[in-house]
Amino acid sequence: MKIRLHHPRRDLEIPGRRRVSGILVELGLDPEAHLVIRGDALLTSDSEVGDEDEIEIRPVISGGTTDEAPCAV
Amino acid sequence: MRCLKCRGAAAVEVRRHRAAYCAPHFLEFFEAQVHRAITTQRMFRPGERILVAVSGGKDSLALWEILLRRGDDATGLHVDLGIADYSQESRARTEEFARARGARLIVADLRAEYGMDIGTLAEASNRAPCSACGLSKRYLFNKLARDGDFTVVATGHNLDDEAAVLLGNLLHWNVDQLARQAPVLEQTHPHLVRRVKPLYRTAERESAAYALLRGIDYVVEECPHSRGARSLLHKDVLNRLEAASAGAKQAFYWGFLDRLAPVLRAGGPPALRPCGQCGQPTTAEVCAFCRMTARAAARLSARASSLP
Repeated sequence: MKIRLHHPRRDLEIPGRRRVSGILVELGLDPEAHLVIRGDALLTSDSEVGDEDEIEIRPVISGGTTDEAPCAV
Repeated sequence: MRCLKCRGAAAVEVRRHRAAYCAPHFLEFFEAQVHRAITTQRMFRPGERILVAVSGGKDSLALWEILLRRGDDATGLHVDLGIADYSQESRARTEEFARARGARLIVADLRAEYGMDIGTLAEASNRAPCSACGLSKRYLFNKLARDGDFTVVATGHNLDDEAAVLLGNLLHWNVDQLARQAPVLEQTHPHLVRRVKPLYRTAERESAAYALLRGIDYVVEECPHSRGARSLLHKDVLNRLEAASAGAKQAFYWGFLDRLAPVLRAGGPPALRPCGQCGQPTTAEVCAFCRMTARAAARLSARASSLP
């Protein structure tokens, strides 16, 4: 299967059929911090991805700016 | 995995609720959570003029989408921070979102207004970029809301953002900041516009799923200045806890709101007064934003005059 990753943006290929949960474990990616997308559809952790499929693993965590003060103090 | 509502194939798992939903029922679930946040926290009344802070990312665009779908009077505010390709892309996505929906958008350009981008401002004022960015945004949100007669500013801070800020504040025992952390920051001074966080009940992963399922074209790439940011470390720690114990983040933040925040707020809000230079509310004689821009301008000027 072909996998598109981000941060940095790159593509990789791994052989064989796998569950989404297994792919994330294999790549060391946190399920809470990623969405797995096939075409226009979101995949749950128990979804099967075939050898011929193309998926995107999209990070969802953004960081940096915090918001702790109520005004310009 | 099956949808909790219709038993069709699930698209999004919400582990903290021990639930999964198909795409239409997930959209319904997410929007219901936002409606609930707005109504239970009395964030704003129907017809109020809302200024929505929109970065071009998933959270703020998802929030704006929901407010527009609810029929709220929601104008977008985008701050162009001047971060090369990242800001160009963020601004373009925001402008395209507004154009496609016929929504009103205000764009504030930091370079045009203050003569420097956020990287220059941070470096010249000796602040971390995320700190300079947060201060600049808070300042501009309040200033532009007042200038435009908006009665409330809505931001896209989600459950993960709030839990990460809470963890950071607890690690350093920032008691003053803990006392101010809430889904609604009330108007405690005539010059301070109320600020609300309608996504505080929903997780970051859920915002991303909502944006994707609604076909919102948001900026996926991360701000280059946020690499190594402390808030990302806090989110990573909380996500590890969440993986081991679903609902940990929600229990952490909502528990704080229920049990500790009322105790910390018992002392009342800090005394504010108008900044001697710009008139924005502050606890000091001159507000932090005016001090930061003055320091940066002085340092840049000194550098320019020392050039041969």
